[in-house]
Amino acid sequence: MSAAIEVRQVSKRFGSVQALERVDLEVGKGEFFGLLGPNGAGKTTLINILAGLTRADSGSARVMGFDVASDYRAARRALGVVPQELVFDPFFTVRETLAIQSGYFGIRNNGPWIDEVMANLDLTSKADANMRSLSGGMKRRVLVAQALVHKPPVIVLDEPTAGVDVELRQALWLFIRRLNEAGHTIVLTTHYLEEAESLCQRIAMLKLGRVVALDTTVNLVRRLHNLRLRLRTSQPLPAALAERAQLIADGSRVLALREYGEVESVLARLREAKCHIEEMELAQPDLEDVFLETMNRER
Amino acid sequence: MSAEGWEKNAAAGKILPPEAPGCGSPALGGGSSGARMTGFPTLFHKEVLRFWKVALQTVAAPVLTTLLYLIIFGHVMDRSARMYGEVSYVQFLVPGLVMMSLLQNAFANSSSSLMQSKMTGNIIFVLLPPLAHWELFAAYVLAAVVRGFMVGAGVLVVTLPFVGLDVQHPLWVLAFALAGSAILGALGLIAAILADKFDQVAAFQNFLIMPLTFLSGVFYSIHSLPEFWQDVSHFNPVFYMIDGFRYGFFGASDVDPLRGFAVVAVCFAAVTALTLAMLKSGYKLRN
Repeated sequence: MSAAIEVRQVSKRFGSVQALERVDLEVGKGEFFGLLGPNGAGKTTLINILAGLTRADSGSARVMGFDVASDYRAARRALGVVPQELVFDPFFTVRETLAIQSGYFGIRNNGPWIDEVMANLDLTSKADANMRSLSGGMKRRVLVAQALVHKPPVIVLDEPTAGVDVELRQALWLFIRRLNEAGHTIVLTTHYLEEAESLCQRIAMLKLGRVVALDTTVNLVRRLHNLRLRLRTSQPLPAALAERAQLIADGSRVLALREYGEVESVLARLREAKCHIEEMELAQPDLEDVFLETMNRER
Repeated sequence: MSAEGWEKNAAAGKILPPEAPGCGSPALGGGSSGARMTGFPTLFHKEVLRFWKVALQTVAAPVLTTLLYLIIFGHVMDRSARMYGEVSYVQFLVPGLVMMSLLQNAFANSSSSLMQSKMTGNIIFVLLPPLAHWELFAAYVLAAVVRGFMVGAGVLVVTLPFVGLDVQHPLWVLAFALAGSAILGALGLIAAILADKFDQVAAFQNFLIMPLTFLSGVFYSIHSLPEFWQDVSHFNPVFYMIDGFRYGFFGASDVDPLRGFAVVAVCFAAVTALTLAMLKSGYKLRN
Protein backbone atom coordinates (compact mmCIF):
# COMPACT_ATOMS: atom_id res chain seq x y z
CA MET A 1 0.00 0.00 0.00
CA SER A 2 1.10 3.55 -0.71
CA ALA A 3 1.98 6.09 1.95
CA ALA A 4 -0.58 8.41 3.53
CA ILE A 5 1.21 11.39 2.01
CA GLU A 6 3.74 11.39 -0.82
CA VAL A 7 5.38 14.58 -2.01
CA ARG A 8 7.73 14.26 -4.97
CA GLN A 9 9.97 17.06 -6.25
CA VAL A 10 7.40 19.73 -5.45
CA SER A 11 8.40 23.31 -6.24
CA LYS A 12 6.41 26.50 -5.84
CA ARG A 13 7.38 30.09 -6.48
CA PHE A 14 5.45 33.23 -5.51
CA GLY A 15 6.94 36.07 -7.58
CA SER A 16 10.56 36.35 -6.53
CA VAL A 17 10.14 34.06 -3.52
CA GLN A 18 10.93 30.37 -3.91
CA ALA A 19 8.43 29.00 -1.38
CA LEU A 20 9.27 25.33 -2.03
CA GLU A 21 12.19 23.85 -3.93
CA ARG A 22 12.08 20.23 -5.08
CA VAL A 23 10.63 18.96 -1.81
CA ASP A 24 10.49 15.19 -1.33
CA LEU A 25 8.54 13.81 1.62
CA GLU A 26 6.69 10.69 2.59
CA VAL A 27 4.43 10.21 5.60
CA GLY A 28 3.44 6.67 6.50
CA LYS A 29 -0.10 5.60 7.34
CA GLY A 30 -0.84 6.02 11.04
CA GLU A 31 2.21 8.22 11.62
CA PHE A 32 2.29 11.32 13.82
CA PHE A 33 4.47 13.55 11.69
CA GLY A 34 5.87 16.98 12.48
CA LEU A 35 6.61 19.70 9.96
CA LEU A 36 8.84 22.32 11.54
CA GLY A 37 10.51 25.45 10.32
CA PRO A 38 10.73 29.19 10.89
CA ASN A 39 8.15 31.56 9.44
CA GLY A 40 8.36 31.58 5.66
CA ALA A 41 9.97 28.14 5.52
CA GLY A 42 7.20 26.80 3.27
CA LYS A 43 5.19 24.69 5.74
CA THR A 44 1.82 26.26 4.99
CA THR A 45 2.55 26.31 1.25
CA LEU A 46 3.21 22.57 1.38
CA ILE A 47 0.00 21.97 3.33
CA ASN A 48 -1.93 24.16 0.89
CA ILE A 49 -0.61 22.13 -2.04
CA LEU A 50 -1.73 18.90 -0.34
CA ALA A 51 -5.16 20.42 0.32
CA GLY A 52 -5.55 21.82 -3.20
CA LEU A 53 -5.56 25.42 -1.95
CA THR A 54 -2.42 26.16 -3.94
CA ARG A 55 -1.14 24.51 -7.09
CA ALA A 56 2.46 23.34 -7.33
CA ASP A 57 4.58 24.70 -10.19
CA SER A 58 6.13 21.26 -10.64
CA GLY A 59 6.27 17.87 -8.96
CA SER A 60 3.44 15.77 -7.61
CA ALA A 61 1.64 15.25 -4.31
CA ARG A 62 -0.59 12.37 -3.27
CA VAL A 63 -2.88 11.78 -0.30
CA MET A 64 -3.67 8.12 0.42
CA GLY A 65 -2.40 7.37 -3.09
CA PHE A 66 -4.65 9.93 -4.81
CA ASP A 67 -3.00 12.67 -6.83
CA VAL A 68 -4.09 16.06 -5.45
CA ALA A 69 -4.45 17.50 -8.97
CA SER A 70 -5.68 14.72 -11.25
CA ASP A 71 -7.70 12.81 -8.63
CA TYR A 72 -8.54 15.78 -6.46
CA ARG A 73 -11.96 14.58 -5.32
CA ALA A 74 -10.62 11.38 -3.75
CA ALA A 75 -7.54 13.18 -2.39
CA ARG A 76 -9.65 15.85 -0.68
CA ARG A 77 -12.03 13.29 0.78
CA ALA A 78 -9.03 11.60 2.38
CA LEU A 79 -7.77 14.80 3.97
CA GLY A 80 -9.00 16.95 6.86
CA VAL A 81 -7.27 20.28 7.33
CA VAL A 82 -7.37 22.47 10.42
CA PRO A 83 -6.26 25.86 9.11
CA GLN A 84 -3.96 28.21 10.95
CA GLU A 85 -6.29 31.22 10.93
CA LEU A 86 -9.46 31.37 13.02
CA VAL A 87 -11.88 31.59 10.11
CA PHE A 88 -15.63 31.08 10.34
CA ASP A 89 -18.86 31.87 8.54
CA PRO A 90 -20.76 34.42 10.64
CA PHE A 91 -24.14 33.49 9.16
CA PHE A 92 -24.40 30.07 10.76
CA THR A 93 -24.55 28.22 14.07
CA VAL A 94 -22.05 25.54 15.06
CA ARG A 95 -24.40 22.71 14.07
CA GLU A 96 -25.27 24.37 10.75
CA THR A 97 -21.57 24.93 10.04
CA LEU A 98 -20.81 21.24 10.58
CA ALA A 99 -23.85 20.05 8.60
CA ILE A 100 -22.90 22.32 5.70
CA GLN A 101 -19.30 21.10 5.79
CA SER A 102 -20.55 17.48 5.71
CA GLY A 103 -22.73 18.31 2.72
CA TYR A 104 -19.78 19.77 0.83
CA PHE A 105 -18.23 16.31 1.08
CA GLY A 106 -21.45 14.77 -0.25
CA ILE A 107 -22.51 13.41 3.14
CA ARG A 108 -26.20 13.84 3.96
CA ASN A 109 -27.87 13.05 7.30
CA ASN A 110 -24.58 13.24 9.18
CA GLY A 111 -26.33 14.30 12.41
CA PRO A 112 -25.29 11.38 14.63
CA TRP A 113 -21.64 11.76 13.67
CA ILE A 114 -21.78 15.54 14.07
CA ASP A 115 -23.29 15.06 17.55
CA GLU A 116 -20.50 12.70 18.44
CA VAL A 117 -17.73 14.97 17.18
CA MET A 118 -19.28 17.91 19.05
CA ALA A 119 -19.51 15.84 22.22
CA ASN A 120 -15.87 14.85 21.97
CA LEU A 121 -14.82 18.44 21.43
CA ASP A 122 -17.10 19.68 24.23
CA LEU A 123 -19.11 21.75 21.76
CA THR A 124 -22.57 20.29 22.45
CA SER A 125 -23.66 23.18 24.65
CA LYS A 126 -22.74 25.59 21.85
CA ALA A 127 -24.39 23.61 19.05
CA ASP A 128 -27.05 26.24 18.38
CA ALA A 129 -24.87 29.26 19.09
CA ASN A 130 -23.91 31.51 16.22
CA MET A 131 -20.24 31.25 15.28
CA ARG A 132 -19.78 34.98 15.94
CA SER A 133 -20.64 34.52 19.61
CA LEU A 134 -17.96 31.90 20.31
CA SER A 135 -14.65 32.54 22.04
CA GLY A 136 -11.38 31.99 20.15
CA GLY A 137 -10.89 28.61 21.81
CA MET A 138 -14.38 27.45 20.86
CA LYS A 139 -13.89 28.62 17.28
CA ARG A 140 -10.67 26.60 17.19
CA ARG A 141 -12.60 23.50 18.32
CA VAL A 142 -15.16 24.06 15.56
CA LEU A 143 -12.32 24.19 13.03
CA VAL A 144 -11.11 20.83 14.33
CA ALA A 145 -14.66 19.44 14.12
CA GLN A 146 -15.04 20.74 10.56
CA ALA A 147 -11.89 18.86 9.58
CA LEU A 148 -13.37 15.64 11.01
CA VAL A 149 -16.95 15.67 9.68
CA HIS A 150 -16.07 13.52 6.68
CA LYS A 151 -13.97 11.09 8.74
CA PRO A 152 -10.71 11.64 6.89
CA PRO A 153 -7.89 9.13 7.38
CA VAL A 154 -5.29 11.93 7.15
CA ILE A 155 -5.55 15.03 9.35
CA VAL A 156 -3.33 18.07 8.90
CA LEU A 157 -3.10 20.63 11.69
CA ASP A 158 -1.44 23.89 10.72
CA GLU A 159 -0.27 25.50 13.96
CA PRO A 160 -3.48 24.58 15.78
CA THR A 161 -2.28 25.85 19.15
CA ALA A 162 -1.09 29.29 18.05
CA GLY A 163 -2.58 31.78 20.52
CA VAL A 164 -4.40 29.06 22.45
CA ASP A 165 -4.35 28.91 26.26
CA VAL A 166 -2.53 26.11 28.06
CA GLU A 167 -5.69 24.27 29.13
CA LEU A 168 -7.12 24.08 25.63
CA ARG A 169 -3.73 23.22 24.16
CA GLN A 170 -3.34 20.22 26.44
CA ALA A 171 -6.91 19.08 25.83
CA LEU A 172 -6.41 19.43 22.07
CA TRP A 173 -3.25 17.33 22.14
CA LEU A 174 -4.98 14.64 24.17
CA PHE A 175 -7.72 14.53 21.56
CA ILE A 176 -5.32 14.48 18.61
CA ARG A 177 -3.26 11.76 20.24
CA ARG A 178 -6.42 9.67 20.56
CA LEU A 179 -7.17 10.21 16.89
CA ASN A 180 -3.69 9.00 16.03
CA GLU A 181 -4.11 5.95 18.26
CA ALA A 182 -7.38 5.24 16.44
CA GLY A 183 -5.40 4.98 13.22
CA HIS A 184 -5.45 8.47 11.76
CA THR A 185 -2.32 9.85 10.16
CA ILE A 186 -1.53 13.21 11.73
CA VAL A 187 0.64 15.93 10.21
CA LEU A 188 1.38 18.80 12.54
CA THR A 189 3.09 22.13 12.14
CA THR A 190 3.85 24.07 15.29
CA HIS A 191 6.26 26.61 16.71
CA TYR A 192 6.06 24.90 20.12
CA LEU A 193 8.97 22.51 19.72
CA GLU A 194 8.37 20.73 23.01
CA GLU A 195 4.94 19.77 21.65
CA ALA A 196 6.44 18.38 18.47
CA GLU A 197 9.06 16.48 20.46
CA SER A 198 6.51 14.83 22.73
CA LEU A 199 3.94 14.05 20.00
CA CYS A 200 5.67 13.38 16.70
CA GLN A 201 7.30 10.12 15.75
CA ARG A 202 9.10 11.68 12.78
CA ILE A 203 9.95 15.25 11.95
CA ALA A 204 10.88 17.16 8.82
CA MET A 205 12.51 20.56 9.14
CA LEU A 206 12.00 23.05 6.36
CA LYS A 207 14.05 26.12 5.67
CA LEU A 208 13.61 28.50 2.73
CA GLY A 209 11.48 25.93 0.95
CA ARG A 210 13.87 23.01 1.32
CA VAL A 211 13.83 19.98 3.62
CA VAL A 212 16.98 20.38 5.72
CA ALA A 213 16.37 17.53 8.19
CA LEU A 214 14.13 14.48 8.09
CA ASP A 215 14.35 11.69 10.65
CA THR A 216 12.68 10.17 13.67
CA THR A 217 12.43 12.56 16.59
CA VAL A 218 14.67 10.29 18.66
CA ASN A 219 17.37 10.18 16.00
CA LEU A 220 17.26 13.92 15.47
CA VAL A 221 17.83 14.58 19.16
CA ARG A 222 20.48 11.85 19.39
CA ARG A 223 22.32 13.36 16.47
CA LEU A 224 23.19 16.35 18.60
CA HIS A 225 25.91 15.63 21.19
CA ASN A 226 25.75 18.79 23.18
CA LEU A 227 25.08 18.08 26.82
CA ARG A 228 25.09 21.16 28.98
CA LEU A 229 26.57 21.05 32.48
CA ARG A 230 25.58 23.97 34.67
CA LEU A 231 27.73 24.56 37.71
CA ARG A 232 27.77 26.97 40.63
CA THR A 233 30.93 26.66 42.68
CA SER A 234 32.34 28.18 45.85
CA GLN A 235 35.57 29.25 44.13
CA PRO A 236 36.29 30.27 40.55
CA LEU A 237 36.58 27.37 38.14
CA PRO A 238 40.04 26.02 37.36
CA ALA A 239 41.59 27.77 34.33
CA ALA A 240 41.22 24.74 32.03
CA LEU A 241 37.46 24.67 32.65
CA ALA A 242 36.94 28.43 32.95
CA GLU A 243 38.10 29.08 29.41
CA ARG A 244 35.44 26.66 28.09
CA ALA A 245 32.66 27.84 30.38
CA GLN A 246 29.96 30.35 29.58
CA LEU A 247 28.66 32.71 32.27
CA ILE A 248 24.86 32.85 32.35
CA ALA A 249 22.41 35.31 33.92
CA ASP A 250 22.10 33.67 37.35
CA GLY A 251 25.86 33.73 37.83
CA SER A 252 26.48 30.06 37.21
CA ARG A 253 28.71 28.67 34.47
CA VAL A 254 27.69 26.32 31.66
CA LEU A 255 30.03 23.82 30.08
CA ALA A 256 29.22 22.17 26.75
CA LEU A 257 30.06 18.45 26.79
CA ARG A 258 30.12 16.04 23.88
CA GLU A 259 29.36 12.92 25.94
CA TYR A 260 28.45 11.78 29.46
CA GLY A 261 32.00 10.47 30.03
CA GLU A 262 33.28 14.06 30.12
CA VAL A 263 31.32 14.69 33.33
CA GLU A 264 33.75 12.53 35.27
CA SER A 265 36.81 14.45 34.05
CA VAL A 266 35.15 17.78 34.91
CA LEU A 267 34.39 16.54 38.43
CA ALA A 268 37.97 15.28 38.79
CA ARG A 269 39.40 18.70 37.87
CA LEU A 270 37.08 20.37 40.39
CA ARG A 271 38.21 17.96 43.09
CA GLU A 272 41.89 18.64 42.26
CA ALA A 273 41.28 22.38 42.51
CA LYS A 274 39.35 21.83 45.79
CA CYS A 275 36.47 23.66 44.19
CA HIS A 276 33.26 22.95 46.11
CA ILE A 277 30.09 22.41 44.02
CA GLU A 278 27.06 24.34 45.32
CA GLU A 279 24.70 23.52 42.43
CA MET A 280 24.95 21.20 39.46
CA GLU A 281 22.58 20.37 36.59
CA LEU A 282 23.09 18.23 33.48
CA ALA A 283 20.75 19.11 30.64
CA GLN A 284 20.24 16.90 27.59
CA PRO A 285 19.75 18.38 24.15
CA ASP A 286 16.16 18.78 23.08
CA LEU A 287 14.40 19.40 19.80
CA GLU A 288 14.86 23.13 20.22
CA ASP A 289 18.64 22.66 20.25
CA VAL A 290 18.39 20.44 17.19
CA PHE A 291 16.14 22.97 15.48
CA LEU A 292 18.46 25.89 16.19
CA GLU A 293 21.55 23.90 15.26
CA THR A 294 19.94 22.76 12.00
CA MET A 295 18.72 26.20 11.08
CA ASN A 296 22.10 27.81 11.86
CA ARG A 297 23.95 25.09 9.94
CA GLU A 298 21.82 25.72 6.87
CA ARG A 299 22.39 29.47 6.86
CA MET B 1 -17.11 21.81 31.85
CA SER B 2 -14.90 23.16 29.03
CA ALA B 3 -11.67 21.28 28.62
CA GLU B 4 -12.35 18.96 31.55
CA GLY B 5 -15.27 17.29 29.82
CA TRP B 6 -13.26 17.03 26.69
CA GLU B 7 -10.38 15.35 28.48
CA LYS B 8 -12.84 13.04 30.22
CA ASN B 9 -14.28 11.96 26.88
CA ALA B 10 -10.83 11.46 25.46
CA ALA B 11 -9.69 9.49 28.48
CA ALA B 12 -12.81 7.35 28.30
CA GLY B 13 -11.92 6.46 24.73
CA LYS B 14 -15.09 7.97 23.28
CA ILE B 15 -13.26 9.62 20.44
CA LEU B 16 -13.84 8.30 16.96
CA PRO B 17 -15.29 4.87 17.69
CA PRO B 18 -13.61 1.98 15.91
CA GLU B 19 -16.89 1.07 14.17
CA ALA B 20 -16.97 4.42 12.38
CA PRO B 21 -15.97 3.71 8.77
CA GLY B 22 -12.70 5.29 7.87
CA CYS B 23 -11.99 6.60 11.33
CA GLY B 24 -11.01 3.91 13.73
CA SER B 25 -9.66 2.14 10.70
CA PRO B 26 -8.63 4.50 7.92
CA ALA B 27 -7.86 1.47 5.79
CA LEU B 28 -11.60 0.96 5.41
CA GLY B 29 -11.53 3.89 3.05
CA GLY B 30 -13.75 6.35 4.85
CA GLY B 31 -12.15 9.18 2.98
CA SER B 32 -12.09 7.83 -0.51
CA SER B 33 -15.41 6.35 -1.47
CA GLY B 34 -16.41 7.34 -4.97
CA ALA B 35 -20.15 6.67 -4.52
CA ARG B 36 -21.01 9.76 -2.53
CA MET B 37 -23.24 12.60 -3.68
CA THR B 38 -21.67 15.82 -4.82
CA GLY B 39 -21.46 18.89 -2.63
CA PHE B 40 -23.34 21.10 -5.10
CA PRO B 41 -26.81 20.89 -3.45
CA THR B 42 -25.32 21.84 -0.09
CA LEU B 43 -23.42 24.82 -1.47
CA PHE B 44 -26.55 25.99 -3.29
CA HIS B 45 -28.64 25.55 -0.13
CA LYS B 46 -26.05 27.37 1.96
CA GLU B 47 -25.91 30.27 -0.52
CA VAL B 48 -29.72 30.62 -0.40
CA LEU B 49 -29.69 30.40 3.42
CA ARG B 50 -26.97 33.04 3.54
CA PHE B 51 -29.11 35.73 1.94
CA TRP B 52 -32.40 34.48 3.43
CA LYS B 53 -31.05 34.86 6.98
CA VAL B 54 -30.73 38.59 6.27
CA ALA B 55 -33.82 38.83 4.02
CA LEU B 56 -34.73 42.26 5.36
CA GLN B 57 -31.56 43.60 3.81
CA THR B 58 -31.28 41.32 0.77
CA VAL B 59 -34.93 40.99 -0.33
CA ALA B 60 -37.23 43.46 1.45
CA ALA B 61 -34.98 46.52 1.09
CA PRO B 62 -34.50 46.18 -2.71
CA VAL B 63 -38.25 45.68 -3.13
CA LEU B 64 -38.91 48.90 -1.22
CA THR B 65 -36.25 50.81 -3.20
CA THR B 66 -37.81 49.68 -6.48
CA LEU B 67 -41.26 50.70 -5.32
CA LEU B 68 -39.92 54.17 -4.54
CA TYR B 69 -38.60 54.37 -8.10
CA LEU B 70 -42.04 53.40 -9.35
CA ILE B 71 -43.85 55.95 -7.21
CA ILE B 72 -41.48 58.81 -8.06
CA PHE B 73 -41.08 58.14 -11.78
CA GLY B 74 -44.73 57.16 -12.20
CA HIS B 75 -45.74 60.45 -10.56
CA VAL B 76 -43.43 62.89 -12.30
CA MET B 77 -43.60 61.44 -15.79
CA ASP B 78 -46.38 62.35 -18.18
CA ARG B 79 -49.37 60.24 -17.07
CA SER B 80 -51.05 60.62 -20.43
CA ALA B 81 -48.07 59.16 -22.29
CA ARG B 82 -48.80 55.86 -24.05
CA MET B 83 -46.21 53.23 -24.97
CA TYR B 84 -46.68 50.53 -27.61
CA GLY B 85 -50.05 52.09 -28.37
CA GLU B 86 -52.25 51.40 -25.34
CA VAL B 87 -49.77 50.77 -22.53
CA SER B 88 -49.63 53.48 -19.84
CA TYR B 89 -46.22 54.74 -18.69
CA VAL B 90 -46.62 53.19 -15.23
CA GLN B 91 -47.52 49.83 -16.76
CA PHE B 92 -44.52 50.17 -19.06
CA LEU B 93 -42.30 51.02 -16.11
CA VAL B 94 -43.19 48.02 -13.92
CA PRO B 95 -41.57 45.19 -15.96
CA GLY B 96 -38.46 47.33 -16.49
CA LEU B 97 -38.11 47.98 -12.76
CA VAL B 98 -38.81 44.33 -11.95
CA MET B 99 -36.07 43.21 -14.33
CA MET B 100 -33.64 45.91 -13.14
CA SER B 101 -34.03 44.90 -9.49
CA LEU B 102 -33.80 41.22 -10.44
CA LEU B 103 -30.53 41.77 -12.33
CA GLN B 104 -28.93 44.03 -9.75
CA ASN B 105 -29.72 41.66 -6.90
CA ALA B 106 -28.47 38.63 -8.78
CA PHE B 107 -25.17 40.46 -9.24
CA ALA B 108 -25.11 41.64 -5.63
CA ASN B 109 -25.70 38.14 -4.28
CA SER B 110 -22.88 36.25 -5.94
CA SER B 111 -20.39 39.12 -5.75
CA SER B 112 -20.96 39.87 -2.07
CA SER B 113 -20.99 36.24 -1.02
CA LEU B 114 -17.74 35.30 -2.76
CA MET B 115 -16.03 38.57 -1.84
CA GLN B 116 -16.94 38.23 1.84
CA SER B 117 -15.65 34.66 1.82
CA LYS B 118 -12.41 35.77 0.20
CA MET B 119 -11.86 38.65 2.59
CA THR B 120 -12.75 36.79 5.78
CA GLY B 121 -10.89 33.65 4.73
CA ASN B 122 -13.84 31.29 5.07
CA ILE B 123 -13.59 30.59 1.32
CA ILE B 124 -11.30 27.80 2.55
CA PHE B 125 -14.38 25.80 3.61
CA VAL B 126 -15.53 25.72 -0.01
CA LEU B 127 -12.09 25.15 -1.52
CA LEU B 128 -11.05 22.24 0.73
CA PRO B 129 -13.93 19.86 -0.12
CA PRO B 130 -14.10 17.89 -3.39
CA LEU B 131 -16.24 20.47 -5.22
CA ALA B 132 -15.63 20.81 -8.97
CA HIS B 133 -15.33 24.25 -10.56
CA TRP B 134 -18.66 23.78 -12.33
CA GLU B 135 -20.35 22.94 -9.01
CA LEU B 136 -19.08 26.20 -7.51
CA PHE B 137 -20.33 28.06 -10.58
CA ALA B 138 -23.75 26.39 -10.62
CA ALA B 139 -24.36 26.85 -6.88
CA TYR B 140 -23.39 30.54 -6.73
CA VAL B 141 -25.22 31.42 -9.96
CA LEU B 142 -28.39 29.51 -9.07
CA ALA B 143 -28.50 31.15 -5.64
CA ALA B 144 -28.11 34.52 -7.38
CA VAL B 145 -31.01 33.60 -9.68
CA VAL B 146 -33.15 32.65 -6.67
CA ARG B 147 -32.48 35.97 -4.94
CA GLY B 148 -33.09 37.89 -8.16
CA PHE B 149 -36.39 36.07 -8.66
CA MET B 150 -37.46 36.69 -5.06
CA VAL B 151 -36.82 40.42 -5.33
CA GLY B 152 -38.40 40.60 -8.80
CA ALA B 153 -41.44 38.62 -7.67
CA GLY B 154 -41.69 40.82 -4.58
CA VAL B 155 -41.81 43.98 -6.69
CA LEU B 156 -44.36 42.43 -9.04
CA VAL B 157 -46.63 41.17 -6.25
CA VAL B 158 -46.64 44.53 -4.46
CA THR B 159 -47.29 46.59 -7.61
CA LEU B 160 -49.89 44.38 -9.29
CA PRO B 161 -52.84 45.54 -7.11
CA PHE B 162 -52.14 49.15 -8.16
CA VAL B 163 -51.08 48.62 -11.77
CA GLY B 164 -53.12 46.30 -13.97
CA LEU B 165 -50.71 44.13 -15.87
CA ASP B 166 -51.34 41.10 -18.09
CA VAL B 167 -48.70 38.58 -19.01
CA GLN B 168 -49.01 37.84 -22.73
CA HIS B 169 -46.09 35.42 -23.04
CA PRO B 170 -45.10 33.97 -19.65
CA LEU B 171 -42.39 31.76 -21.16
CA TRP B 172 -40.58 34.79 -22.56
CA VAL B 173 -40.85 36.45 -19.15
CA LEU B 174 -39.32 33.39 -17.53
CA ALA B 175 -36.65 32.88 -20.19
CA PHE B 176 -35.34 36.46 -20.08
CA ALA B 177 -35.52 36.60 -16.27
CA LEU B 178 -33.63 33.33 -15.97
CA ALA B 179 -30.96 34.14 -18.53
CA GLY B 180 -30.55 37.72 -17.32
CA SER B 181 -30.17 36.83 -13.65
CA ALA B 182 -27.77 33.98 -14.51
CA ILE B 183 -25.58 36.36 -16.55
CA LEU B 184 -25.51 38.91 -13.74
CA GLY B 185 -24.88 36.16 -11.19
CA ALA B 186 -21.88 34.99 -13.22
CA LEU B 187 -20.67 38.59 -13.62
CA GLY B 188 -20.86 38.89 -9.84
CA LEU B 189 -18.53 35.91 -9.53
CA ILE B 190 -16.09 37.42 -12.03
CA ALA B 191 -16.09 40.74 -10.15
CA ALA B 192 -15.45 39.01 -6.81
CA ILE B 193 -12.70 36.81 -8.23
CA LEU B 194 -10.91 39.77 -9.81
CA ALA B 195 -11.31 42.14 -6.85
CA ASP B 196 -8.77 42.36 -4.06
CA LYS B 197 -10.81 44.82 -2.00
CA PHE B 198 -14.50 45.47 -1.38
CA ASP B 199 -14.36 48.84 -3.14
CA GLN B 200 -13.24 47.15 -6.36
CA VAL B 201 -16.45 45.09 -6.38
CA ALA B 202 -18.38 48.29 -5.62
CA ALA B 203 -16.61 49.99 -8.54
CA PHE B 204 -17.60 47.10 -10.84
CA GLN B 205 -21.19 47.52 -9.69
CA ASN B 206 -21.32 51.32 -9.79
CA PHE B 207 -19.31 51.95 -12.95
CA LEU B 208 -20.45 49.02 -15.07
CA ILE B 209 -23.60 47.27 -13.86
CA MET B 210 -25.52 50.36 -12.78
CA PRO B 211 -24.94 52.38 -16.00
CA LEU B 212 -25.74 49.32 -18.12
CA THR B 213 -29.05 48.77 -16.32
CA PHE B 214 -30.07 52.44 -16.08
CA LEU B 215 -29.26 53.05 -19.75
CA SER B 216 -31.03 49.93 -20.95
CA GLY B 217 -34.54 51.29 -21.42
CA VAL B 218 -35.88 50.64 -17.94
CA PHE B 219 -37.45 54.09 -17.82
CA TYR B 220 -38.01 54.70 -21.53
CA SER B 221 -38.42 53.06 -24.90
CA ILE B 222 -35.28 53.47 -26.97
CA HIS B 223 -37.49 54.69 -29.83
CA SER B 224 -37.84 57.91 -27.83
CA LEU B 225 -34.05 58.44 -28.11
CA PRO B 226 -32.15 60.19 -30.91
CA GLU B 227 -31.01 57.73 -33.58
CA PHE B 228 -27.39 57.78 -32.40
CA TRP B 229 -28.33 56.73 -28.83
CA GLN B 230 -30.70 54.11 -30.20
CA ASP B 231 -27.72 52.58 -32.02
CA VAL B 232 -25.58 52.80 -28.87
CA SER B 233 -28.32 51.02 -26.88
CA HIS B 234 -28.05 48.03 -29.18
CA PHE B 235 -24.53 47.39 -27.82
CA ASN B 236 -25.90 47.09 -24.30
CA PRO B 237 -26.84 43.46 -23.52
CA VAL B 238 -29.04 44.56 -20.60
CA PHE B 239 -31.24 46.40 -23.08
CA TYR B 240 -32.12 43.07 -24.75
CA MET B 241 -32.87 41.47 -21.36
CA ILE B 242 -35.30 44.22 -20.34
CA ASP B 243 -36.81 44.60 -23.79
CA GLY B 244 -37.44 40.85 -24.09
CA PHE B 245 -38.79 40.66 -20.54
CA ARG B 246 -41.21 43.48 -21.36
CA TYR B 247 -42.28 41.67 -24.54
CA GLY B 248 -43.50 38.83 -22.33
CA PHE B 249 -45.92 41.26 -20.65
CA PHE B 250 -47.13 43.39 -23.55
CA GLY B 251 -46.46 41.30 -26.65
CA ALA B 252 -44.62 44.32 -28.02
CA SER B 253 -40.96 45.35 -27.83
CA ASP B 254 -38.29 47.51 -29.43
CA VAL B 255 -36.46 44.45 -30.80
CA ASP B 256 -37.76 41.08 -31.99
CA PRO B 257 -37.67 38.81 -28.87
CA LEU B 258 -35.99 35.97 -30.76
CA ARG B 259 -33.17 38.25 -31.82
CA GLY B 260 -33.01 39.64 -28.29
CA PHE B 261 -32.81 36.19 -26.76
CA ALA B 262 -30.08 35.16 -29.18
CA VAL B 263 -27.97 38.10 -27.99
CA VAL B 264 -28.68 37.22 -24.34
CA ALA B 265 -27.85 33.54 -24.96
CA VAL B 266 -24.52 34.44 -26.57
CA CYS B 267 -23.73 36.72 -23.62
CA PHE B 268 -24.62 33.94 -21.19
CA ALA B 269 -22.38 31.47 -23.02
CA ALA B 270 -19.47 33.93 -23.06
CA VAL B 271 -19.78 34.92 -19.39
CA THR B 272 -20.21 31.29 -18.35
CA ALA B 273 -17.13 30.20 -20.29
CA LEU B 274 -15.04 32.98 -18.76
CA THR B 275 -16.24 32.28 -15.20
CA LEU B 276 -15.70 28.53 -15.53
CA ALA B 277 -12.20 29.09 -16.89
CA MET B 278 -11.36 31.37 -13.94
CA LEU B 279 -12.76 28.90 -11.40
CA LYS B 280 -11.03 25.93 -13.03
CA SER B 281 -7.65 27.66 -13.07
CA GLY B 282 -8.13 28.74 -9.46
CA TYR B 283 -7.25 32.31 -10.51
CA LYS B 284 -7.00 34.50 -7.39
CA LEU B 285 -8.73 31.78 -5.36
CA ARG B 286 -6.30 28.87 -5.10
CA ASN B 287 -3.11 30.86 -4.57
